[in-house]
Amino acid sequence: MEQQAADRYQLNKELAQMLKGGVIMDVTTPEQARIAEEAGACAVMALERIPADIRAAGGVSRMSDPKMIKGIQQAVSIPVMAKCRIGHFVEAQILEAIEIDYIDESEVLSPADDIYHIDKTKFRVPFVCGARDLGEALRRINEGASMIRTKGEPGTGDVVQAVRHMRLMNAEIAKITAMREDELFNEAKELQVPYDLVLYVHQHGRLPVVNFAAGGVATPADAALMMQLGAEGVFVGSGIFKSGNPQKRAAAIVKAVTNFTDQEMLAALSEDLGEAMVGINEQEIELLMAERGR
Amino acid sequence: MRIAISAVQGAFIEHQQMLSSLGVECFELRQRADLHRSFDGLILPGGESTVQGKLLRELGMFDELQQLLRQGLPVLGTCAGLILLAQHISNDEQRYFATMPLTVRRNAYGRQLGSFSVTARCGSLEAVPMRFIRAPYIESAEAGVEILAEVGGKIVAARYQRQLGLAFHPELTGDSRLHQLFLSLVRGDSRTKEAVLA
Repeated sequence: MEQQAADRYQLNKELAQMLKGGVIMDVTTPEQARIAEEAGACAVMALERIPADIRAAGGVSRMSDPKMIKGIQQAVSIPVMAKCRIGHFVEAQILEAIEIDYIDESEVLSPADDIYHIDKTKFRVPFVCGARDLGEALRRINEGASMIRTKGEPGTGDVVQAVRHMRLMNAEIAKITAMREDELFNEAKELQVPYDLVLYVHQHGRLPVVNFAAGGVATPADAALMMQLGAEGVFVGSGIFKSGNPQKRAAAIVKAVTNFTDQEMLAALSEDLGEAMVGINEQEIELLMAERGR
Repeated sequence: MRIAISAVQGAFIEHQQMLSSLGVECFELRQRADLHRSFDGLILPGGESTVQGKLLRELGMFDELQQLLRQGLPVLGTCAGLILLAQHISNDEQRYFATMPLTVRRNAYGRQLGSFSVTARCGSLEAVPMRFIRAPYIESAEAGVEILAEVGGKIVAARYQRQLGLAFHPELTGDSRLHQLFLSLVRGDSRTKEAVLA
């Protein structure tokens, strides 16, 4: 039984490996899902409202209607993800019941629990969680997350927080890699994570799961920036369907992630994409979603 | 010997690591200019076949690679890579390189909850660890295709001439025997890309 659970976790980490080098797009309708698939999305995130609209609407934001998610599952052949609230393990049970491919325990929705995250080891479906730094990432992995993404600041079109989170995580990983082994015990204490995970980072110089960028990515240049900073793939939320020409922008972001170091190609991909999402600066917003869930 | 690995999307780094551990030189194919280098074999990794097929076409690599495959370029396709090689996809109108005369079924085991692992015989190899991630299987194969492995009554590995198609992911295990089998197919005829084209 224990071995079965361990193999299931391994299979779930491996699905994230298959998504690498790809773009996961937020979609709210089957039609948007098809547009995303045709543009080259490696997975879609099904949700009723994209983060920019959640931000604008205010109020409590919850898991999407399972019927709406099923409509999207039927519309595309690529993996379908959906969000549940932080700590809301019953929403997660419901998503598992409709055989979602990945659950995002997400700070974009209103948290259901201000202390505890979901015990993700109790589930057979995989979870992706947001993290601002290495400690958060390893705590989520210890709870059973099989994929990590930066939190960024969703629904803003402002990439600054995703950059901050990715740089911070890289710096902390580099620090642990350079430590003496006898210093790792204290580091585990400081980060509030198990020693084994710190040892893994020390030995491998990376997280034990795939790490994507998310939050505020709006242009091919933003996506390539996150890839050059070490992201293994990119989530794009509001940036696509809040822009002037979603098809073209989505396809350009996909190609930018594949060829993220090719300046000439990035220049060509950035041309004539129509209006980007308007965006709001982090100083102009009252609600910092990234503060949710530590 | 040099192997080109399609790196437009998916788990290509795992194949690089496997080849490096075997001391084999490899490089990534991300755009048309990368095809200017010569190579003796091709790896099509796991990932999403829809994404990879689209990017191989739009980044200008598809036609040349298809021509090379038709002319006998050795290839290893895993999971999505097998789908790209299949002549028919029973539950998808799309077709990609279509150089292996067999029919595959995409996402044949369902969604992620249907993903599984087994250990099974593959050709002459005993106890090969097999990871199936939202995997396809081979529904039928035409004459000339050698069936290498079956799991639960479904074909999951096949060889056609110098093309090796696997529904599972040897690159995710520490077992390099299937990569060595592929490399032996490559060595069997060491014509470089130029020679194949000529």
